[in-house]
Amino acid sequence: MRSNPKTNPQTVKSTDSVFQVRNANIYYGSFLAVRDVVMDIPRNQITAFIGPSGCGKSTLLRCFNRLNDLIDSFRLEGAITYNGRNLYDSNIDPVEVRRRIGMVFQKANPFPKSIYDNIAFGPRLNRYKGDMDELVERSLRGAALWDEVKDKLRQSGLSLSGGQQQRLCIARAIAVQPEVILMDEPCSALDPISTLRVEDLLHELKQQYTIIIVTHNMQQASRVSDRTAFFNVQLSEKGGRTGYLVEYDNTESIFQSPKEESTREYVSGRFG
Amino acid sequence: MSSTGAKENSGIFQPPTALDKRLDSGFVWLTRLFALGIAVLLLWIAFQVAKDALPAIQAFGLGFIFQSAWNPVTNQFGVLPQIYGTLVTAFIALLIAVPVGVGTAVILSENFLPLKVRTILVFLVELLAAIPSVVYGIWGIFVVIPLLRSTLGAWLYSWFGWFPLFSTPLAGPGILPASLVLAIMVLPIITAISRDALTSLPPDLRQASLGLGATRWETILQVLIPAAISGIVGGVMLALGRAMGETMAITMLIGNANTINTSLLAPGNTIASLLASQFAEASGLQVSALMYAALVLFILTLIVNIFADLIVQRVKRI
Repeated sequence: MRSNPKTNPQTVKSTDSVFQVRNANIYYGSFLAVRDVVMDIPRNQITAFIGPSGCGKSTLLRCFNRLNDLIDSFRLEGAITYNGRNLYDSNIDPVEVRRRIGMVFQKANPFPKSIYDNIAFGPRLNRYKGDMDELVERSLRGAALWDEVKDKLRQSGLSLSGGQQQRLCIARAIAVQPEVILMDEPCSALDPISTLRVEDLLHELKQQYTIIIVTHNMQQASRVSDRTAFFNVQLSEKGGRTGYLVEYDNTESIFQSPKEESTREYVSGRFG
Repeated sequence: MSSTGAKENSGIFQPPTALDKRLDSGFVWLTRLFALGIAVLLLWIAFQVAKDALPAIQAFGLGFIFQSAWNPVTNQFGVLPQIYGTLVTAFIALLIAVPVGVGTAVILSENFLPLKVRTILVFLVELLAAIPSVVYGIWGIFVVIPLLRSTLGAWLYSWFGWFPLFSTPLAGPGILPASLVLAIMVLPIITAISRDALTSLPPDLRQASLGLGATRWETILQVLIPAAISGIVGGVMLALGRAMGETMAITMLIGNANTINTSLLAPGNTIASLLASQFAEASGLQVSALMYAALVLFILTLIVNIFADLIVQRVKRI
């Protein structure tokens, strides 16, 4: 993957979609967690995953940077392509995938290191040779955090408030200049003001990055995203819960004129 | 909560009774008493040891810790060789046990091995701590020393005999076999505490690192171990305390020679071992000198512990 796939003429055609998910079934052991997902994730847009708890939206999200590989029993059927290449090909190194596809987690998880070292962690892994101070500043500015922390870069990242910590994590993710940022309910532990700041930030990040965001907050999905995927959960006869993609469309369509009844019920707050 | 409000309320809540309150404060006082008891006990032991050591303190002063003689016939006493032996054996033991122990802790806290194998390994490591030290001693005498004499000891002497640390042949008991067995004895402490520190780290930390594209080893070395370092250092310091105070196995393995020999293959002595080997036939000023030696060990351990605390504070700061 390091030999840039963009140079491949076959992949140039698919620049509109960064990821293509084809008939993805996600298993943990013999348990089917998510079934039959087909979707294309558009470039430089924000795609929101919504749905009730247990519908597998986070599970699917973690397939895009192969973070599920850490779970022994995890297995994916079908294909997920990234810039036209199968992410789960045997010659793809998951570590390299994760260097290109950043992730922000539900709970802010800065390292117990200084603010500066938190940002510099990723670039150092990539043996970044440029001006680290400049990169740290640029990343923190990108995450709208610079003005608040510029005088205390040597302090621990854990000394910041919850909202600041989450923006620090976003800054840490964009420091390696990934193509995609995956966000797993990034605002669920934040107060409304911090949430608003992160949402504003998402609009700016969209210019440079493709963003997929999992959220429980439907207002958030309608405010920030361009496209929305609604997932639902189905109880199997054995009592397992299997998630599936119900509807995937422009955010406006999902919220104004959904085609499926269950989508309409969910976005109008009648269940979930 | 007041009784007036309770009338119109059908809830089942009741104010705490006098007994509840008394039990509550009684419990606080009980724990205070226990905590105080430990402090009093420690001070009392220190006081007793110091009191009995007084004749020797008056006779030798601070010179006691710089003198090498230990001669009950002429009443000449000094513990420099024992201080040297205590520090050197503990240092070598940690030199071996820290990398092995922390490495074991990493393997046992990660999922490199199947859970079943890990559970068995954890149990075995903890079993190492359950072996009585006299068993380590006898194992050292009949297994470790003969083995070292024919292998590592002989090899070190024949190739590095020009180097002061290895300038004598390993005849039998000595600093090296004592240190090796000591390393095995403190290994479970380091492993257990480091493993606890590593497994209690929030899982998000690992995810954050891996999510940024770090490999497993980069995650372990650059994120997890630094995050757990205060716990690991704490474990190492506990092990150091144990190593400096270990008596029985050392007495059996170190040779109890009250001289300073730069060679690690030669016999030496530690303060704890000196006490164990001499108290039975001691009388008069010698008893007092032994008490003085005990006091020195006490203070030495205290200094090491304070030092350790400072290190932990410092690494915790970031």
